[in-house]
Amino acid sequence: MEWANQLCENRQFGSKMTDSKYFTTTKKGEIFELKAELNSDKKEKKKEAVKKVIASMTVGKDVSALFPDVVNCMQTDNLELKKLVYLYLMNYAKSQPDMAIMAVNTFVKDCEDPNPLIRALAVRTMGCIRVDKITEYLCEPLRKCLKDEDPYVRKTAAVCVAKLHDINAQLVEDQGFLDTLKDLISDSNPMVVANAVAALSEIAESHPNSNLLDLNPQSINKLLTALNECTEWGQIFILDCLANYTPRDDRESQSICERVTPRLSHANSAVVLSAVKVLMKFMEMLPKDLDYYGTLLKKLAPPLVTLLSAEPELQYVALRNINLIVQKRPEILKHEMKVFFVKYNDPIYVKLEKLDIMIRLASQANIAQVLAELKEYATEVDVDFVRKAVRAIGRCAIKVEQSAERCVSTLLDLIQTKVNYVVQEAIVVIKDIFRKYPNKYESVIATLCENLDSLDEPEARAAMIWIVGEYAERIDNADELLESFLEGFHDESTQVQLQLLTAIVKLFLKKPTETQELVQQVLSLATQDSDNPDLRDRGYIYWRLLSTDPVAAKEVVLAEKPLISEETDLIEPTLLEELICHIGTLASVYHKPPSAFVEGSRGVMHKRLPARTGSGEGTESPDVGNVAGGSAPEAAPSIIPSQGDLLGDLLNLDLAPPTTTGPPPPTSGMQMGGMDLLGGGLDSLLGGDIGGSPAMGAGFGAAPAVMPASLNAPVGGGLGDLFDLGGGVGMPMGAYIPPKTVWLPAMKAKGLEISGTFARRAGVIQMELVLTNKAMSVMTDFAIQFNRNSFGLAPAGPLQVLTPLGPNQTIEVSLPLSTVGPVMKMDPLNNLQVAVKNNIDVFYFSCQYPISMLFVEDGKMERQVFLATWKDIPNDNESQFQIQDCHLNSDAASNKLQGSNIFTIAKRTVEGQDMLYMAIKLSNGIWVLAELKMQAGNPNYTISLKCRAPEVSQCVFQCYEAVLKN
Amino acid sequence: MIHSLFLINPSGDIFLEKHWKSVVSRSVCDYFLEAKEKALEPEDVPPVIHTPRHYLISIYRDKLFFLSVIQTEVPPLFVIEFLHRVAEMIQDYFGECSETVVKDNMVMVYELLEEMLDNGFPLATESNVLKEMIRPPTILRSVVNTLTGTSNIGDTLPTGQLSTIPWRRAGVKYTNNEAYFDVVEEIDAILDQSGTTVFAEIQGVVGACVKLSGMPDLTLSFMNPRLLDDVSFHPCVRYKRWESERVLSFIPPDGNFTLMTYHVNAQNLVAIPVYVKQSISFFESGSGGRLDVTVGPKQTMGKTVEGVMVTVHLPKTILSVNLTATQGSYTYDNGTKLLVWDIGKLNPQKLPNLRGSLSLQAGAPKPEENPSLNIDLKIQQLAISGLKVNRLDMFGEKYKPFKGVKYITKAGKFQVRT
Repeated sequence: MEWANQLCENRQFGSKMTDSKYFTTTKKGEIFELKAELNSDKKEKKKEAVKKVIASMTVGKDVSALFPDVVNCMQTDNLELKKLVYLYLMNYAKSQPDMAIMAVNTFVKDCEDPNPLIRALAVRTMGCIRVDKITEYLCEPLRKCLKDEDPYVRKTAAVCVAKLHDINAQLVEDQGFLDTLKDLISDSNPMVVANAVAALSEIAESHPNSNLLDLNPQSINKLLTALNECTEWGQIFILDCLANYTPRDDRESQSICERVTPRLSHANSAVVLSAVKVLMKFMEMLPKDLDYYGTLLKKLAPPLVTLLSAEPELQYVALRNINLIVQKRPEILKHEMKVFFVKYNDPIYVKLEKLDIMIRLASQANIAQVLAELKEYATEVDVDFVRKAVRAIGRCAIKVEQSAERCVSTLLDLIQTKVNYVVQEAIVVIKDIFRKYPNKYESVIATLCENLDSLDEPEARAAMIWIVGEYAERIDNADELLESFLEGFHDESTQVQLQLLTAIVKLFLKKPTETQELVQQVLSLATQDSDNPDLRDRGYIYWRLLSTDPVAAKEVVLAEKPLISEETDLIEPTLLEELICHIGTLASVYHKPPSAFVEGSRGVMHKRLPARTGSGEGTESPDVGNVAGGSAPEAAPSIIPSQGDLLGDLLNLDLAPPTTTGPPPPTSGMQMGGMDLLGGGLDSLLGGDIGGSPAMGAGFGAAPAVMPASLNAPVGGGLGDLFDLGGGVGMPMGAYIPPKTVWLPAMKAKGLEISGTFARRAGVIQMELVLTNKAMSVMTDFAIQFNRNSFGLAPAGPLQVLTPLGPNQTIEVSLPLSTVGPVMKMDPLNNLQVAVKNNIDVFYFSCQYPISMLFVEDGKMERQVFLATWKDIPNDNESQFQIQDCHLNSDAASNKLQGSNIFTIAKRTVEGQDMLYMAIKLSNGIWVLAELKMQAGNPNYTISLKCRAPEVSQCVFQCYEAVLKN
Repeated sequence: MIHSLFLINPSGDIFLEKHWKSVVSRSVCDYFLEAKEKALEPEDVPPVIHTPRHYLISIYRDKLFFLSVIQTEVPPLFVIEFLHRVAEMIQDYFGECSETVVKDNMVMVYELLEEMLDNGFPLATESNVLKEMIRPPTILRSVVNTLTGTSNIGDTLPTGQLSTIPWRRAGVKYTNNEAYFDVVEEIDAILDQSGTTVFAEIQGVVGACVKLSGMPDLTLSFMNPRLLDDVSFHPCVRYKRWESERVLSFIPPDGNFTLMTYHVNAQNLVAIPVYVKQSISFFESGSGGRLDVTVGPKQTMGKTVEGVMVTVHLPKTILSVNLTATQGSYTYDNGTKLLVWDIGKLNPQKLPNLRGSLSLQAGAPKPEENPSLNIDLKIQQLAISGLKVNRLDMFGEKYKPFKGVKYITKAGKFQVRT
């Protein structure tokens, strides 16, 4: 009468028959009760008990103790019970691996069941049990299921391969599952195809260089057929996969576009955006005069607009992507300005994005509308939004010259509102407007000056001070105004202090008679009372300039400034191209290349847009063709077989920044714009040629990952290297210096590329950096800082980059390091996190230093002491390693190691085996003792390391290997 | 792919977690809760959050946060679409999407989530496929199940998943065969102070409720299909036919579904059914202000405008309001500063008006921002874009179905600036 009781109970509480009843047992002994119920003979009672267990699991209670009892319920004909037990297994198998084995037999049996639903369910669940022992048993059933006659089972099995790969990648490869999966791309059922593509794409992500999705015209055709028939999710996978394909010519490109276009009308926004990605990418290849090109452009606008009427979260992602699309092809949405108008109840994150796009689309034709809107937004409630709106007005003025006057008057209106943050933002943007249109709007200065007192944000104060200094001759009381700021000089932020210094010097040069006292005051404040090196430096420079040659000072300080560019926040063209290839992904939301943030994808291939190949287009294709055709043959005429081939090859070059570090080749004809595109390719191209390296051929395809610095030094051939011999060639004394590697690619650091290595010279640890500016603007104000690290490494002085780094310039810097900085254990031990700052931004990277840098010169030890210490260190601390394939005799090895402060204490020869006993002392006083066994004729050495801090052994071993092999 | 799902209520409690791969600790939600603390409104929580090891993609729907955890590069739209599907599934199965409903049906929700994704890959998201595998609860069935020991889990192969028409199951049978279509249009508009349209567009949805036996093949045609240049279709619609003939040809899913959504934003086509005369002003002295709002019909195509409602977000410094409405009633919530005026049917002879005084908190300055008005309205039997269904034909089956089309126009984000 169990059910009757339950019914009564439910009626009593007046509730429906719901799952909440499973939560009623919260008293003690709950597990015990469940155990009894699970072992009940009554099927119904069992099922109810399993349900209770699942309910507890769902809310995060630990019911793993019931594992054996639940698994016992598994052999049943009742599908629901089976599913419930499977759910339980998936959750807890990991914590009870031995028990989980009990379930294997049932799984294997279920994989043979006549019902395809059960077969699929079994193989699906087995893949979710992340226990190594089980995966072994999974292989055979999986192999069968991949070839099952029922497509439902096949498609489930396809996903299972991805699961298995996640648990044990090696096993999947060994068992040949990847090939079977590739075969499934040609399956007759579209759902199987879609799942195979999805599984392969996921696997490919952890193997960036493998050629898993080998796309050719035949497989593309299959995918396109499946695209029409599979589910919406399958369509997303297939479209994303298609986007990786590079069509052979414009005709193929057009035919793919034609077949993808219908997806733009899909109800699922992810399908739409993936289709947009494919079209944006393949459109690149279409000749612009083609009718179809125009048609396609027109077709792209409506689906993008539709995305904006979806839920706000979808809108946000869509807007981030539209931001990229309007930068690449403004023509698509140029008539759709109004859909970006901000609505009152849009979430703030949507409002800010819309505003950004409005500015990008602003043009002479629609500027009146845009301004009216922006003015409206400036009176809204949300402070962040209002600020951005005010700033946007300024950007419109800079972008659309005809509107500048209207913008300025709008800004003045806003200043009249006296709302504090509105005024401050307005002043900041007006400063930029002055820079863009000199001698046009200075009449408003008076109004600005009225608001001097209300400015409390550094940026606004700095802007105002700049204006006063720049137009000192038109402001009668400029000296008074600036003097008033000077009173609290030390409380100001650096930005304001620097501006104030410059402004007063400007004022002095303009009105020398009245302001002599003021300028002396500020110079002494900046040079004597300040701790800020930037400020002091600037102060001294002005001081010397003024005292030695006032005329020169005037020329320097009051020099005509270059006009600021129209749009300041455009994404760099190379990055933009890459991001366009990643439309719809996280990269497109963050506007960063995937390599910058996706974990475990360090080797991700940089994608780029295909080039136009249409007939007759080759010579005049606008973006890339000119540069390639113009300058590349001049630069490297000897290795280029024919111009036609070159075009094709160069355009296929991987856009990754070069991993070698030579200075740019001295090609005078190279234009700035071209440099970005070709820099990477040409470097390795020239490198391969002159260096005679076998990588020459490969230089076309993909730049080799790391090129040793020694090879690189003669290659670059620039004067820089000759003057700075220490840079990469190596010390005569023979201390091991690892080759330079790229620590921070230009892609991640707005054009700044940093590569480098570590060295120990005459007892001083040096970090040797090569900074290359691959951006289009000058970089200045470099500084460096380390995070806390295992051995307390810290810069012993500032980063000495004295001259500004121009575009395409490279500079080598040596930074002495001390070991007295703050200590924190890192993983790996020799990891170093570095922040480098310049005038553009702060960039972070991490690198690993060879621990041999820390081996100090006084690491010699008496034999007795060595012996005693060796015995004293417990045997648990001993670790053994093999060094393979090394051909040195013991003396040579000993000499080599001594160069890196690894000192041989004793040598013993037993039965043709040389035993070297060595000692190392680390900068923090840790001793490492080593025994190196080498047998004549055997290239494999055995090394045993003993140390009180066994963590360092691995790093020390790596050093041994590196030193001995170089 | 999608790693885990957490359901979180507005006060930040996690009341359901589901992992499709290895288990991710709940603590990952702390990053989200932190962002939630920072946001002024729950709607303002950014949908994509980056944590050191995971990405959190969330939606806010029906006063619940659906938070998914992903670890590798996955298209965010894919995740967001899926999360909405989860919310729709709960709504579909249990009649509403709320914390209580999920808690009451925890095991079934869990089973459903298990069927929807496999290893993070979508498996069955079509409602009819799911319902074939896990039958939705009814009071009758749960009583019967308890008595007989049968379960909610179907043991047939979900046929729909494999056929080329995954949205329809085989062997559907009805005694009354019927097909109803609803054309629902929402007007999104921004009007400025003077009543000029700054921006206006129509979001249209053709919803369908089709209960037809067998495998009917339907063709729906419009009187004026040229209106539609920006459409998205349910996967069942044959795109080629639409391209060439401008008709919707499809084998429908069984039951309720959205056949098509469309978008009309050509300015001249968007009629604005009401006008609003308003003035909200504050005295320079800062002690208070006046409010005066009148609503009247504009382009209504001869139909009556119903369900009119005006919502005003008043400035924070408002203390109280003292207003009189000539029609309908108004409520004012001092906590949210929300003034709601429920007018009801619009009578062209006697225009409804709301006027009176606003008082500010003592010492508060004159408010800086201009409150804006949100308008709600409804017009029965009219698609404001002028879209009209011409005819519906059925092929492939012999019986004669009942057919019907309903039109309705509503206000979407309809906003009047002051």
